[in-house]
Amino acid sequence: MLQEGKKALWKEYQKEIADDRYFYVRSCVRQNFFPASETTFLRILTEELGKSVYEHPHHTSCSGVGYHSDVIPFETTMTMVARQFALMTESGFMNFVPSCITSFGLYTEVLETWHHFPEVEARIRETLRKATGREFEKPANLAHASDIIYKLRNEIADRAKYKLVNHNTGQPLRGVEHIGCHYAKMFPHKGVGGAEYPYVLVGMIESWGGEVVDYPERRHCCGFGFRQYLVKANRGYSVASSKKKFESMAPYKPDFILTNCPGCPYFLDRWQYAIAEMEGTTYGEDGMGIPVLTYEELAGLVLGYDPWDLGLQVHQVSVEPLLDKMGIPYNSSKKYLGKNGKFLGVPFKPAAIKVC
Amino acid sequence: MPDFGYKISKDRQINFDENSKNLFAEVAMREPSVYRCISCGTCAATCSAAQFTSYSLRKMILLLKRGEDKEVITSVSRCMLCGKCQLACPMGVNTRNLILSIQNAIKKLSHV
Amino acid sequence: MSKKVLIIGAGVAGLEASGVLSKLGYNVTIVEESDRIGGKLNRWSHLFPSRRPASEVLEHLQLNLDPNTVIITNSKITDIAVKDTSIEASLNTGKHIDADAVLISTGFELFDAKKKEEYGYQIYENVITSADLEKIFKEGKELTTSKGKAPKRIGIIHCVGSRDEKVGNTYCSKVCCVTGVKQAIEIKEHLSSCEVFNFYMDLRMYDRHFEDLYQEAQVKHHVQFIRGRLSEAFENPDGTVMVKVEDTLLGKPMKMNLDLVVLLVGMTAGNNSLFKKQLRLETGTDKFLVPADEHFKSVSSKQKGVFFAGACTGPKTIENTITEARAAALEIAGYLKN
Ligand SMILES: Cc1cc2nc3c(=O)[nH]c(=O)nc-3n(C[C@H](O)[C@H](O)[C@H](O)COP(=O)(O)OP(=O)(O)OC[C@H]3O[C@@H](n4cnc5c(N)ncnc54)[C@H](O)[C@@H]3O)c2cc1C
Ligand code: SF4
Ligand code: SF4
Ligand code: SF4
Repeated sequence: MLQEGKKALWKEYQKEIADDRYFYVRSCVRQNFFPASETTFLRILTEELGKSVYEHPHHTSCSGVGYHSDVIPFETTMTMVARQFALMTESGFMNFVPSCITSFGLYTEVLETWHHFPEVEARIRETLRKATGREFEKPANLAHASDIIYKLRNEIADRAKYKLVNHNTGQPLRGVEHIGCHYAKMFPHKGVGGAEYPYVLVGMIESWGGEVVDYPERRHCCGFGFRQYLVKANRGYSVASSKKKFESMAPYKPDFILTNCPGCPYFLDRWQYAIAEMEGTTYGEDGMGIPVLTYEELAGLVLGYDPWDLGLQVHQVSVEPLLDKMGIPYNSSKKYLGKNGKFLGVPFKPAAIKVC
Repeated sequence: MPDFGYKISKDRQINFDENSKNLFAEVAMREPSVYRCISCGTCAATCSAAQFTSYSLRKMILLLKRGEDKEVITSVSRCMLCGKCQLACPMGVNTRNLILSIQNAIKKLSHV
Repeated sequence: MSKKVLIIGAGVAGLEASGVLSKLGYNVTIVEESDRIGGKLNRWSHLFPSRRPASEVLEHLQLNLDPNTVIITNSKITDIAVKDTSIEASLNTGKHIDADAVLISTGFELFDAKKKEEYGYQIYENVITSADLEKIFKEGKELTTSKGKAPKRIGIIHCVGSRDEKVGNTYCSKVCCVTGVKQAIEIKEHLSSCEVFNFYMDLRMYDRHFEDLYQEAQVKHHVQFIRGRLSEAFENPDGTVMVKVEDTLLGKPMKMNLDLVVLLVGMTAGNNSLFKKQLRLETGTDKFLVPADEHFKSVSSKQKGVFFAGACTGPKTIENTITEARAAALEIAGYLKN
């Protein structure tokens, strides 16, 4: 790889990312999939870095899941998006930060549509006004939550308790990254580093001491792709897509997979179990899987947050091997205690894939 | 194994590196005019077998070159050796001998 | 006193036209922005279709130059205007030239392959362009991978920067298909055991002898032609490049690893802004200059006293460039007589 050339290209894909006063909108599904990721984002921004973040209690789904599954028309979606902007405007904020990649793609798509077709924007404003009496300003800055962590990656590195370094050997840990399709594939200039060589997650891994492995199927979809997954009959090719990626990355023995989309970490994590059951193949060390993390979880580990506070116990693939490599202490007996200290029960232990 | 209700879809992608090109090499040695083929499809347009099955001599030659041998093996049995393709081919590919060579090469390699 | 012709650009077109104009008795001044004459001929090793050395063609063009021809290299036109029956031009060196007619023979630019980001030019170690390959052949260097090894499998990619709406070039560059076939043969002649694949959408073997080259590549050298445009390329950690195409004649996606990838870069228009602004010349949607009439005034512009020759009016071969240069010289002579 010619790093000079890659850096020159990255320069062409720098985007404006606001540095404070964020209006944060959550994902519909992430709190179920990765329960502590969004909380961790807020904790890092507010407690660690002193930023101001506002969440509106009345914000809703962006309707992206429905839009991408062809059950909600774009007009409706645009009006829902307009309502979210109205909440932001009413709250006195201008920097819009969605947690979900599909939302980010959708907000971008709506803003681009309005940019090219002002008459559509005027119509949607009218619809929103009639339906809710609300008015709105368009965001001054739209950035995905991973863009924010990317922007603050060095501040996080300055406060790091642990590095992406094998504490026994001193060698950098090897990460593979996977970017959500809706982050930059639709609008390359809206993603840090563009669509072909996105830098947003690479930048984090590098700043936190790790090494990025570029595997051949990096650009391939994780397998979520709404239509692939929502209909049971199609799930065979959802899992086949994930498998294509695992087969491609496994030879390079990655220590972890880093993602920035709600769907990707979920599918890359859970499908490792399904593939193990169906074909008997596992992709990590000693019959285990390759740990899959969200960028908030990884940032949380680097900052020394307790792994169980980060929700890592709900992952299918055990993260303990990664914790061991980073030298992060953890208390196995507390793994399945809820926030209130109550024992939650131990999940089913599959035979096909080794778990801790 | 739990019943998931679906299976991992099979990959349709030609994995050129993993495919063996031995069958093609064997055939090309026996009938070098295979290199003259320009994939024009004249043969398949007139082929009696191609009218009623998915068989195409043009495609079979390509499958052979890509090492998709399994498909070649199921394809080649469809040919009725009528010789019409040889009459039609603008490049002078010796199609009858090509087809016989494919059959013989398959036999030879399956013995190995 | 004999009349004066200013030629802008000392490539094949400019040089050939200069020779003819001198023979017809005109005083010729050539302004060339680079430090040498010959244009792209300086960069090519052997020419399609006959594989004649490019240097031989350049020597021939030089021999035909009149000793009285004024050649000004390293100079750029900064201003140019048609005044009645004369042309006045100023150079960045402060020099002024006046002439009775001007021939624009500024040629073309190579497509910047970096714009096809997904192909990884100057990002992946083993991705080069057809122009880079010509340089290697011209300098007599060994063709190796970035690690200095003999490549075992090379892919030649057609239509890079041509027939591609995304990069803004919807036209066909005409010369790259045959260049790709010629280079495939040359590679096989250097490295007979190396497998060579050409990935194409259509093979445009339109001119005399081109189809013969294609058959020679297939039959003699066993070059494989795969119909499908390169979708994306990926560098494997060992430096080899994984390419993804659809084998469109089989209707199946395909991947393979290559030790070296050669991108057949297309021809793009040079910077014509000065001519557009000051001479009010037109360019097409393809950004090349547009002649006054596609059939009968193909070497004339709509501006009095301004003529065209060569690749400045669109992709063409050297053979066609030379024919045009002569036609332009005659057209200029006809104009200056009246
Ligand atoms: C990879 C590749 C391989 C090729 N191989 C062959 C081949 O084998 N056979 C063949 O027939 N054709 C080949 N061609 C096509 C061939 O290069 C062109 O036909 C030929 O170069 C056209 O000549 P030209 O004089 O019009 O332009 P050029 O060769 O581009 O010359 C133009 C000249 O004008 C100068 N110039 C440009 N702008 C200005 C300015 N504003 N002021 C002053 N000077 C200026 C330039 O510096 C240059 O010297 C190939 C093309 C490519 C891309
Ligand atoms: S010989 Fe076989 S392939 Fe040729 S036309 Fe007859 S049936 Fe078709
Ligand atoms: S007719 Fe001949 S050249 Fe054309 S596809 Fe058939 S075998 Fe090939
Ligand atoms: S000549 Fe061939 S490679 Fe070049 S643009 Fe045309 S079709 Fe593409």
